Amino acid sequence: MNPVNYLYLAALLFTIGATGVLIRRNAIVVFMCVELMLNACNLALVAFSRLHGNLDGQIIAFFTMVVAAAEVVVGLAIIVSLFRTRHSASVDDAGLMKL
Amino acid sequence: MENLIALLIAAPLLGAAVLLCGGRRLDAVGHWIGTVLAAASFAVGVVLFTDMLGRSAEERTLTRHLYSWIPVEGFRADVAFHLDQLSMTFVLLISGVGTLIHVYSIGYMEHDERRRRFFGYLNLFLAAMLLLVLADNYLLLYVGWEGVGLASYLLIGFWQHKPSAATAAKKAFLVNRVGDVGLSIAIMLMFTTFGTFAFGPVLAAAGDTGEGKLTAIALMLLLAACGKSAQVPLQSWLGDAMEGPTPVSALIHAATMVTAGVYLIVRSGAIFNAAPDAQLVVTVVGAVTLLFGAVVGCAKDDIKKALAGSTMSQIGYMVLAAGLGPIGYVFAIMHLVTHGFFKAGLFLGAGSVMHGMNDEVDMRRYGGLRKYMPVTFVTFGLGYLAIIGFPGLSGFFSKDKIIEAAFAKGGAEGWILGGAALLGAAITAYYMTRVMLMTFFGEERWRDAPTPSPAESDVEPAAETRGEYTPPHPHESPSSMTIPMIVLAFGSVFAGAFFGIGDRFLHWLEPVTGHAHGHPPVSALTVTLSTVVVLIVGVAIAWAQYGRRPVPAVAPRGSLLTRAARRDLLQDDFNHVVLVRGGEHLTRSLVYVDHTLVDGVVNGTAASVGGLSGRLRKLQNGYARSYAVSMFGGAAVLVAATLLMRAV
Repeated sequence: MNPVNYLYLAALLFTIGATGVLIRRNAIVVFMCVELMLNACNLALVAFSRLHGNLDGQIIAFFTMVVAAAEVVVGLAIIVSLFRTRHSASVDDAGLMKL
Repeated sequence: MENLIALLIAAPLLGAAVLLCGGRRLDAVGHWIGTVLAAASFAVGVVLFTDMLGRSAEERTLTRHLYSWIPVEGFRADVAFHLDQLSMTFVLLISGVGTLIHVYSIGYMEHDERRRRFFGYLNLFLAAMLLLVLADNYLLLYVGWEGVGLASYLLIGFWQHKPSAATAAKKAFLVNRVGDVGLSIAIMLMFTTFGTFAFGPVLAAAGDTGEGKLTAIALMLLLAACGKSAQVPLQSWLGDAMEGPTPVSALIHAATMVTAGVYLIVRSGAIFNAAPDAQLVVTVVGAVTLLFGAVVGCAKDDIKKALAGSTMSQIGYMVLAAGLGPIGYVFAIMHLVTHGFFKAGLFLGAGSVMHGMNDEVDMRRYGGLRKYMPVTFVTFGLGYLAIIGFPGLSGFFSKDKIIEAAFAKGGAEGWILGGAALLGAAITAYYMTRVMLMTFFGEERWRDAPTPSPAESDVEPAAETRGEYTPPHPHESPSSMTIPMIVLAFGSVFAGAFFGIGDRFLHWLEPVTGHAHGHPPVSALTVTLSTVVVLIVGVAIAWAQYGRRPVPAVAPRGSLLTRAARRDLLQDDFNHVVLVRGGEHLTRSLVYVDHTLVDGVVNGTAASVGGLSGRLRKLQNGYARSYAVSMFGGAAVLVAATLLMRAV
């Protein structure tokens, strides 16, 4: 199969993820969309690795996965504690990030 | 002998310090302290004078270096004194006439509770003036110059409870300040040109310096002289200075202050000699002022202001003579000395008249006083004859020489200057005769209650016109006042003949100022005869107007010129319109520019930065998603830019 198609898929996934980040209100869903974008990037990296015939892209994809795992831990913890204090997981609560 | 020079200044300075710091416990003896110290200064002056006469003309100069005031690399200011024939003349005049005025003030200020302070100021005045004439460099002269300005301010405003006196003092100080700026600029120019401002090196080097620079220095010196000596255009303070007590007027007009400008020009003679353009300006200023003062003197009904006009006019003669160069220097100083005698005598006489007339100054309220004040009448009369140049008296010798020298300048200038001087002599005779007739002759106009003048009802009459009028009881003044007047009258009569016959004064002063004999286009005899003729004409016109006909007790409206002259030939109006209004307009337009342009730029910058920040602030709204939009937007722009760069 033509590896370029994987790039198209990666772009599609990335766009879906970005759109989700921008339009969804629920923090969990936003978070999942971020993960989607990360994975779209991973897919693109692996595809590039294949295209160029070396392993650089795959190595970076592993790094991304490790970082994403760490990010999930921290991010979920923040969301949970937010939900506990505010009884809502909406990212549109005005003033959340304003001093 | 050199050590005595500092004592000349120290004596009155000590008097000023003791009297001004001594407090009320000196009230009883303060006037004696002041007078004795002034007399001590005069005595030291006489000792130095006799010593000086004992030496030959070349060895008469004494110098005394007291200490280095500002010893800096490349800049030296010394407190050092220089006593030569010119300074000696001034020292004797200042301390001599000054002492007489001190004696007079004892009687005149008897009823003033601040008499001690008055004598302190008088002593300060003498000390400053002596410092001015004894300094051996321009910077020390400047110290004396400023001291004279300060003392005159304090004395003119001595009765500072009168708003008019306070204003007059301020005016004198401010107008003098303009001249002082001229002197300071001149000193700075001297320093940049010659690298020093001591008299000796500066005057010796003046001949070899560029004429342009010398002209600039000379003009600045002239500006300074105009301020102190009340010459056009800085003359406006002199008339108002009459607000001070009369002895102050005598001191300012005869011995100190106004003579400082003439001294400065004569002392800086070498600079002026090398700058003919500046000399021409000096003569023009002198000629204009002598006519200006004379015209003002004709119209004034206030006896002191009429005399003030005459001072302005006589100083004009001196400045004119000083502007003529070596032909005139000696005569300028000679006229200055004789004028010192008769003008002091006239002012003291005027003070004596006021003393006997309840401080009335309006000559239209005098008349027939010769019966009541015989001593004042005789001394004032001798001073009068001296100032108009009656043959044989002081003013005749000195003024005649100046007129002769003015003609000797040659060419059209000589005729114009000489003609102006002659015309001035005629007007002098006219207004002084007017003063004399209105004061001592005619009806006794003071017996009737004054009526407000219709023409200038806002000027004269004051509170006492309402209610019961009690005529004054004119009486002769006490002997402390009349003795100085008698001494000065002697000077007015004999000084001119003593100086003039055999050219005694000329030989005395020539080693310092130099002298050149002029060649007038008309013979000296013709000049003398014509001065006598114009004198008779002036007296005759005055007699026809004020002697033959009774003097109206209320000033008539008068012609346009008379009214202008009463207002000092509109000098104050001119200053007001041109300088005050002009200054105000300048200030206002500067303020406008400051508000619109400078403030506009600053405020505009602040407002636009503020507005921009206000708009930028809206971006930070706290919505995570809107931050995300900007992040994505930014990333998209970066990617697009990268692709675009690659495509290009």
